[in-house]
Amino acid sequence: MTDWLNALAQGVLLGGLYALFAAGLSLIFGVMRLVNLAHGDLIVLAAFVILFLAGKLGLDPFVAAMVSLPILFMVGYALQHVLLNRTLGRDLLPPLLVTFGLSIIIQNGLLEIFSADSQRLRSGSIETASFALGGGVAVGVVPVLTLLSAIAVIVVLNFVFYRTALGRAFRATSDDLEIAQLMGIDHRRIFATAMGLAFVVIAIAALYLGLRANFDPSIGPARLLYAFEAVIIGGLGSFWGTLAGGIILGLAQTVGAQFDPEWQILSGHLAFLLLLVFKPRGLFPRALD
Amino acid sequence: MPLLQTRKLTAFYGDFQALYGIDATLDAGEIIAIIGANGAGKSTFLKAITGLVRRPAGAVLLDGEPIGGKTAAEIVRRGVALVPEGRRLFHSLTVEENLLIGGHGRRSAGPWSLERVYSLFPALRDRRATSAPLLSGGQQQMTAIGRALMSNPRVLLCDEISLGLAPIVIADIYAALPQIRAEGTSVVLVEQDIVQAMKVADRVYCFQEGRLSLSGRPKELTREQIHRAYFGS
Repeated sequence: MTDWLNALAQGVLLGGLYALFAAGLSLIFGVMRLVNLAHGDLIVLAAFVILFLAGKLGLDPFVAAMVSLPILFMVGYALQHVLLNRTLGRDLLPPLLVTFGLSIIIQNGLLEIFSADSQRLRSGSIETASFALGGGVAVGVVPVLTLLSAIAVIVVLNFVFYRTALGRAFRATSDDLEIAQLMGIDHRRIFATAMGLAFVVIAIAALYLGLRANFDPSIGPARLLYAFEAVIIGGLGSFWGTLAGGIILGLAQTVGAQFDPEWQILSGHLAFLLLLVFKPRGLFPRALD
Repeated sequence: MPLLQTRKLTAFYGDFQALYGIDATLDAGEIIAIIGANGAGKSTFLKAITGLVRRPAGAVLLDGEPIGGKTAAEIVRRGVALVPEGRRLFHSLTVEENLLIGGHGRRSAGPWSLERVYSLFPALRDRRATSAPLLSGGQQQMTAIGRALMSNPRVLLCDEISLGLAPIVIADIYAALPQIRAEGTSVVLVEQDIVQAMKVADRVYCFQEGRLSLSGRPKELTREQIHRAYFGS
């Protein structure tokens, strides 16, 4: 019984990490209908940026991540403004091809600079710290921080989207690009700002990715897959749905692993497929569009 | 000098030419109506002014200055706002959010504010928190006009604002036009409802297959002239 309770607790906490992977993807798709195939590699890239800053400046990874936020915001803004805005239009293929190419470039660039060695963000005793929930179940401090950060990210994104002028412009641009321009909205800047914001979320996801497990330049595509699954389970365009999707995926994996450790990844994918069969639009689709 | 002027305005959708050398003017404080059958190029004329379709850089002038090379967002900031055909409200935004987003490209302080729009269209005040798709057709049209006014435009371009609405609602909407003009906003109306357009317009332009077929003051034009300009001889 304790094992099962523990699996459920760990599943929910793992879901926090998947929700962080997915939140940036959901944001980008929600605003500009861009499917970013490089999203997983961008998370890995951000983890290496945090590793580099922590190593060079002798900073704790949490502080290094804070330092990386404005840098990565600007990188995201520039990437969208200079490259990705040129790919957006009626044809869905160019952004897919360009982000796929970007994924390959990032993986090979990281291999060239950092080698294929596994890396990890080191943050001292917090990495192994845990506390008991009772009933023999204990949870790690970092996984709990991951889930709390995911909830905080979702709250902030919802606030930005539904309570600010920037969020109104995001939603208007997403609803009708042509008419948004007639409101004086410069959609290129709106898209670049959305990508900058997504990069901030990516940096937060990268921090917890690096604190919770080893990473190397090749693991991006698998993170992309988890992010996609979480977004689609939750329903496109819903941030709370993305959190729910991440948690469902995390639960499916830890419960599957409870039966047999080899089933961990497979059971996550099976849960995703099952949900697609019964709720093809996800649990909380934003609108019937 | 006219407030807004088109000179030999042409417009294309890909290789298809939709407008052939349209010369038209709008003076400050005027309401003009563009009439014509379906496919005559009326909506394209408005889209060409606002930069939504390709047109020659020097073919559209605002205060004598060419704006044909500007983007739609820049043209709004210069004081030209469009009420698009079919309303095209932002469906994930409430009425009030639709109005507020209209003020995003506000060029300067002016008479139009949320309060002023609500006093022009009182029906919207109680529905301010309602999602746009849940409004009646008339309320949607009022929101679309209010949204355009929120940028404090000098020129308001209205594309088929009576389309699909009940006569009583059309009367309400048309009753707002003199008030809009009184606040210093000139109006270009694109209409298929000739009778309604002739009642409020100072001057009328009739389009036929992308060409200007007739222009003049409503009282000076005969039914016969309009019929010929509308349908061809």
